[in-house]
Amino acid sequence: MLRLLHIEFIKLWNNKSSKFLIICYFGLLTSIALFASIKFEIGFFKFHLADSGVFNFPYIWHFNTFIAALLKLFLAIIIVSMVANEYSNKTLKQNLIDGLSKKEFILSKFLTILALSFISTIFIFLISLILGFSFSDYNILDAIFKDLEYLVAYFVKLTGFFSFCLFIGILIKRSAFALGFLFMWFLAVEFLPYMYLWSHYSKKLADTIYSFFPLGSMWNLIAQPFTRLNAIKSIAKQVGEDVTYDYIVHWHEIIIVLIWTAIFIFLSHYLLRKRDL
Amino acid sequence: MENILTLTNLTKEFGAITAVKNLSFTIKKGNVYGILGPNGSGKSTTLGIVLNVVNKTSGQFTWFDGNTSTHDALKKVGAIIERPNFYPYMTASQNLKLVCKIKEVNSSKIEEKLEIVGLLDRKDSKFRTFSLGMKQRLAIASALLNDPEILILDEPTNGLDPQGIHQIREIIKKIAAQGTTILLASHLLDEVEKVCSHVVIIRKGMKLYSGRVDEMNASYGFFELKSNQNSILKEWIAKHKDFKNFKEDQKGKITAFLAHELDAESLNRQLFKEGIVLTHIVKRKESLEEQFLQLTNNLK
Repeated sequence: MLRLLHIEFIKLWNNKSSKFLIICYFGLLTSIALFASIKFEIGFFKFHLADSGVFNFPYIWHFNTFIAALLKLFLAIIIVSMVANEYSNKTLKQNLIDGLSKKEFILSKFLTILALSFISTIFIFLISLILGFSFSDYNILDAIFKDLEYLVAYFVKLTGFFSFCLFIGILIKRSAFALGFLFMWFLAVEFLPYMYLWSHYSKKLADTIYSFFPLGSMWNLIAQPFTRLNAIKSIAKQVGEDVTYDYIVHWHEIIIVLIWTAIFIFLSHYLLRKRDL
Repeated sequence: MENILTLTNLTKEFGAITAVKNLSFTIKKGNVYGILGPNGSGKSTTLGIVLNVVNKTSGQFTWFDGNTSTHDALKKVGAIIERPNFYPYMTASQNLKLVCKIKEVNSSKIEEKLEIVGLLDRKDSKFRTFSLGMKQRLAIASALLNDPEILILDEPTNGLDPQGIHQIREIIKKIAAQGTTILLASHLLDEVEKVCSHVVIIRKGMKLYSGRVDEMNASYGFFELKSNQNSILKEWIAKHKDFKNFKEDQKGKITAFLAHELDAESLNRQLFKEGIVLTHIVKRKESLEEQFLQLTNNLK
């Protein structure tokens, strides 16, 4: 297993653009900490994000994992190109001839996905911990380690999304087209039909159906955290909107994403086995 | 003798086209094999199948008497197919290090193998800066990293300049001299003739011949003759029992094929006795090219 990880590491780390993107990604993750310095002063209205309760334990786990998950697109580019480049450089063929089995090839990619997701999760855990200790109003142990399931959801969300990217990379074989396909999938298969269902039928129906789709189920894992803030809640109440929202990470949501992950990895292996190179 | 690779009734169909048809042959340890065939005859497909990159339609192949899985067997094989494929953004030695990881061998031999192919001074240059000849030599170095039981080369000199071709051939000869089994696929016959002891000839995916190069055509060779009395010479040859047949080209050169053993000296002596004086006499064996053309044409 370490051998497979090491093989992939050599391929990734010697590639300047992959290295640049990975460093950028973790740099951006760290910059979540910069949210702490956001301050608005518009006349009488003073807003300091750090004081608004965003960094309170345990809410911070929810807020940070949600924001950090948006950055996963950076790593998606790496995942797609690390697969597609193997086709365009024909190095996949050479790897197989050199004695890597097709299963090992997929496994080395999947292990890399797991490693990247895991490092990202650890990273966000540490950043949140530091931010929380600096700005949280209450630092009781109970509050700190409450709601850690958001980290599990974050890990599963990244793994699922990257597995989807891996599959698309193998299916399309060209990184630019694969990223285009990913975007088209989001628009044509998930976003627009979702909007259609919402506007013509009901939000509930749209939500239910799309909680079973790849991107929809991944999105569901970590609900948007904004309406959970007291500040936002009170504004919403003033305009007469009731924002009771389901913020909890549900087990069935995690299982749906895990099933998709398994399907993508299995299909990738199947495609690779069936194809002549 | 130990079998390295055995093919039994291997078949590959691409849609309606049959690229390889019921192909069977055995590669034994210690010999140098050539796979000969015109372009598109199924050589590369056959190698692709045994190298785990092309899926067979039917039939079987086994490496090392079938005691290991294909991908484990490939760790004991060195192979170069068509074009050298490496990571363009990595240096020569980084690429070789990766191959070592895949083949699960120690990376201590990298410099030694780069030395053999004459690339040691370029080991820290990126692969994309290499010329085609250098890329091909790097591929050979990579194939040698595990001191393979068998070296498979598919058109190793394709697209190279004469100097590059010469370098690659020298390397192959050096490796063959060390007793490594080699399987060389090529459509260049002199290439095969120069290094191979055994040959497998395929055409349109079917095997025409497999065996030793020198047993391919049980022939006694032929004479190339010229004389100022060509018509008498032709009459004499037609009557002589040692000759099967003959032909004459526009320049008056007569090629006479032998049916029995006959050396140049006694032929010359006999002809002189008959009063026929030769201006040109050469005794030759059919080259592999001529034998190959005979074999492949017979099937048309």
